[in-house]
Amino acid sequence: MGHSAHGDNYITAEKGLMSWFTTLDHKRIGILYFVSVMSFFLIGGIAALLLRAELFSYNAAPNVGEIFKNGDVYNQVLTYHGAIMVFMVIIPGIPAILGNFFLPLQIGAKDVAFPKLNLLSWYCLMAGAALAVTTMFTTRIDTGWTFYTPYSIRTQTAVSMMVVAAFIMGMSSILTGLNFIVTVHKLRAPGMTMHRMPLFVWALYSTAIIQVLATPVLAITLLLLAAERTFGVGIFDPKLGGDPVLFQHFFWFYSHPAVYIMILPAMGIVSELISTFSRKVIFGYTAIAYSSLGIAAVSFFVWGHHMYVSGQSELAGTVFSFLTMLVGVPTAIKMFNWIATMYKGSIQFASPMLYAMGFIFLFAIGGVTGIILATLALDVHFHDTYFVVAHFHYVMVGGTLMAIMGGFYYWFPKMFGKMYNEFAAQLSFVFIFIGFNVTFFPQFILGSMGMPRRYFDYIPAYQPLNRISTVGSWLIAIGFLIALYTIIDGLINGKKAPNNPWGAKTLEWQTTSPPPVLNFDHEPVVTAGPYEYK
Amino acid sequence: MSTSRVIDGVNVQTHYRDVEHQLSAAKQGIWLFMVTEILMFGGLFVGYALYHMRYPEMFAEGARFLDWRLGFINTLVLIFSSFTVVVGIYYCQANQMKKAAAALGVTILCGVIFMVIKYFEYTHKFHMGIYPGNMLDLAKLNHHLAEAGEPLIKSTNLGLYFGFYYCMSGLHGIHVILGMSLLGWCMFRALRGDFNANYYTAVDGVGIFWHIVDLVWIFLFPLLYLVG
Repeated sequence: MGHSAHGDNYITAEKGLMSWFTTLDHKRIGILYFVSVMSFFLIGGIAALLLRAELFSYNAAPNVGEIFKNGDVYNQVLTYHGAIMVFMVIIPGIPAILGNFFLPLQIGAKDVAFPKLNLLSWYCLMAGAALAVTTMFTTRIDTGWTFYTPYSIRTQTAVSMMVVAAFIMGMSSILTGLNFIVTVHKLRAPGMTMHRMPLFVWALYSTAIIQVLATPVLAITLLLLAAERTFGVGIFDPKLGGDPVLFQHFFWFYSHPAVYIMILPAMGIVSELISTFSRKVIFGYTAIAYSSLGIAAVSFFVWGHHMYVSGQSELAGTVFSFLTMLVGVPTAIKMFNWIATMYKGSIQFASPMLYAMGFIFLFAIGGVTGIILATLALDVHFHDTYFVVAHFHYVMVGGTLMAIMGGFYYWFPKMFGKMYNEFAAQLSFVFIFIGFNVTFFPQFILGSMGMPRRYFDYIPAYQPLNRISTVGSWLIAIGFLIALYTIIDGLINGKKAPNNPWGAKTLEWQTTSPPPVLNFDHEPVVTAGPYEYK
Repeated sequence: MSTSRVIDGVNVQTHYRDVEHQLSAAKQGIWLFMVTEILMFGGLFVGYALYHMRYPEMFAEGARFLDWRLGFINTLVLIFSSFTVVVGIYYCQANQMKKAAAALGVTILCGVIFMVIKYFEYTHKFHMGIYPGNMLDLAKLNHHLAEAGEPLIKSTNLGLYFGFYYCMSGLHGIHVILGMSLLGWCMFRALRGDFNANYYTAVDGVGIFWHIVDLVWIFLFPLLYLVG
């Protein structure tokens, strides 16, 4: 690559589509992830809208047509909604988009440790996604995103192909995590000690540990499931003395930590936003940093709470119940620290801050209902009802998606060198926040009334609350359409962004917007912590 | 951005300070990747432990059909190959690339011997009707045993043992083949003159991978062959 002229940034340094598909620049790879993950989000979101539309009325209700011909189609759409949103949107979401772009910038590095692996990881995600989308044109898949045995062994749908797709996407996740761990250890700028790293970096680091340690277990689980279907090896097959519940243990040994792959980086973003928009040093920096590691550590010992009613022993259930509640401790530490940071701060209600506060509100509800579900006796009543659905949507959508939107608005000026329309951004927040609560709060009530999840139909008594929920889903859709508008409008008509529009203190704001190819014109030397507001 | 400059005869990417810095990052990355390999096999080992606890007689009965002598030869072959890969690295450090390539070649040869022995083991089992899981042909197997005057099979779920046998040794075999390809790639690069005494990261990394593959076999051998 030749010398780039002075004043060139990472976007203008090279021209042409191929320069993007072969790029080794972590910032450009972040943009590749952004475009692809947002496209997957659109597909997963349309599936969600269809599901909610189907549930607008019970099937025998007068004067309404059905969206789906039968329950089979509903099960398939449900599976794609779950699998796409989990494997292709929320897991890669924050680390691969914002993490790729900002982790090196925040620690003053020129790139991630292994740029080629970084690009390979994007190609893995795309290959896996292509395979997953291909299954839509074959026999499709109807197992739900969890692929539970024994049904997943017996069903005639394209489980093997989907499982291989998830395996390849897991590779992508491992490569990203591995890259981040080494980057954090080896590429920090002079003076950037571990305890001067921004909390977003701490969160990504904790996430990366989970990605590297948990994903291989999913890999072997999925391989065994594929082997079970192809060769009938018997490991999950009761006919040969195999144990279908073993599959659940293996699956959740990955997938529960994976829940923290989804939420930890979101918490990292919120730490950045709260400090910046309160103009205050973050309260309890060390506590927040280590609580991320704490959540990562505990996450490996709570998987059994997905199996309270799967024939697990009562002793195991009790232990898992206790361990699960333990997650509440580091989480609450973060919540209290954020609120303490805002206390007596000079708070600016810009759109990223609105999303951060939305996160705190929604995540509190998601977290507290998590404690309810962790309680053995209550879970016997609530398991497999809409209460669970509402709980994890509050955590994953109310938590992760709120944070990703907040983070995206926060860093948009740095990524593209342009400002977006603040009014439209705030409007998107209002629609998404209200729409979210309208959609999912009634589901808590439906769940406690006993409405089971994953069904195509329900009794007439559940209809009013389901209708409210469906209307809420339309509000969310409007909110995201407005958000899409702010992005496109900002890219085309946005005013030129200053280097540090928010007056933030972390390193990425010290370089130009958008950053030059090597991130900084001079290697930064760090002499203070990340949030030294006066 | 992956531009680079040459320091001490080594391409050092722009985001690293010097040769040592770049190497230490690569080493850390390789070890992290090895952790993922071990955890992946870990799933199989956990499953094995669980079912062995439930059905000890069935595992003992299955191990009857594995020839410990062949397994033992394969163990020796792999341990020897771990030695030759270290010899390869030694010659890289001494800047004797032809000898390094030869040592890697011997390592690949060991891999080939291992796979050939595995091939004969597998085909012999297929001949006896021993397939994994549900595909195991118990009638055919008992027929063979009756002809040879050996005791018949009592476990009805013998296929489960062979489910583990084929999954574990099969996944390991795939890793041996991967390792051989990677060694071949290192050999090719050594002969092309890519490496010197300051730079042989690829050989180092593939060497670590090969040791781990070897190590997994050292656990598989007693668990599968000697368990009776």
